[in-house]
Amino acid sequence: MHDPNVIVGFEGSEDAAVYKLSDDLGIIQTVDFFTPIVDDPYMFGQIAVANALSDVYAMGGKPITAMNLVCFPVKTLGLAMLREILRGGIDKLSESGTALVGGHSVEDNEPKYGLSVTGVIHPGKVITNRGAKIGDVLILTKPLGTGIVNTAIKAGLASDEAIKQVSMVMSTLNRNASVAMQKIGVHACTDITGFGLLGHLKEMLGSHEFTIAIRSDVVPMFPDVVEYAGMGLVPGGTKRNRDFCQDLVAASSDVGPLMLDILCDPQTSGGLLIAVSREKGDGLLQELQENGVPSASIIGEITTETKRRIAIE
Amino acid sequence: MIMEKVIDARGLSCPQPVLMTLNKIKSLKKGELIIKVDTETSKENVSRAAESQGWKVADLISEGSEYTITIKKD
Repeated sequence: MHDPNVIVGFEGSEDAAVYKLSDDLGIIQTVDFFTPIVDDPYMFGQIAVANALSDVYAMGGKPITAMNLVCFPVKTLGLAMLREILRGGIDKLSESGTALVGGHSVEDNEPKYGLSVTGVIHPGKVITNRGAKIGDVLILTKPLGTGIVNTAIKAGLASDEAIKQVSMVMSTLNRNASVAMQKIGVHACTDITGFGLLGHLKEMLGSHEFTIAIRSDVVPMFPDVVEYAGMGLVPGGTKRNRDFCQDLVAASSDVGPLMLDILCDPQTSGGLLIAVSREKGDGLLQELQENGVPSASIIGEITTETKRRIAIE
Repeated sequence: MIMEKVIDARGLSCPQPVLMTLNKIKSLKKGELIIKVDTETSKENVSRAAESQGWKVADLISEGSEYTITIKKD
């Protein structure tokens, strides 16, 4: 059934849906949940919330309510751990100004936590991943490499500093970045998730006739991530992402396989990828850096179409 | 006694095959080691893990989705 009030649905590879209620009000709906990625249950709860809210922020919306989704082996892991996960969730929700209004839990062998989130947005102001224009610059707001660092954590080989940094970044809301881009005015935005940076660039290309040029030397990434990738601590999703984009990518000879893996690294609670006009690019960058988004960097630009439509140098 | 120098990491997902390889490399120090994996990701990761420790991939046989990787260090 085609409902004309569904402004954003399945079609555009968006992670959240927008439904128009009236000319000046739409609701955003999104759901996200996953298995623990860090050992600290309180941190895991915070990350799950930052991750679930991210789709709303990427569209330029405001989250208003959320419901918990919980799968947990109470008998083996105990209620105290579950309470810590939920406490992390509640604290992050209150930081974001989102009301927790309910939830559902089931017994499961492996813990999982996430949320269903409802947000509001003006139907005329929805920012999607389609809308970038030739001449735009691309800004990424968080460092890449959560998938690789998380694999290193699973292997017990991650440094304390890497664990600390990746946890801090994954639990950071994309709210400030979203507020900044709405203030300045942008053409397109998406949040980086399991598809990795290159996967999202492919979505951003859509059927547009342009090329995205990325400068890999200025892409923000976690400090130890190159070392971990070199040790073979690359998650399975990376290869799927690489295969998904391969036909479109032209990488210059000094972009090695480790760098390509990092650009394809599946992200958890990744940053926003924003296309903004060149004239506004520096202004947005300054706005981001002054408002708690220190890693924000201009990583590339939209150029006229070339044969391979994702050019990496 | 002949030390077992084959790691069968088929059916295991990353980082398990890498960890098994790194641990074995640490105890062997040099020589030859064979690792069996069944995903392309594991194949790439195990090869990289070996090379990061100064070992070389001497041989790689693929049969369907299974890979037998021989690594060496003199």
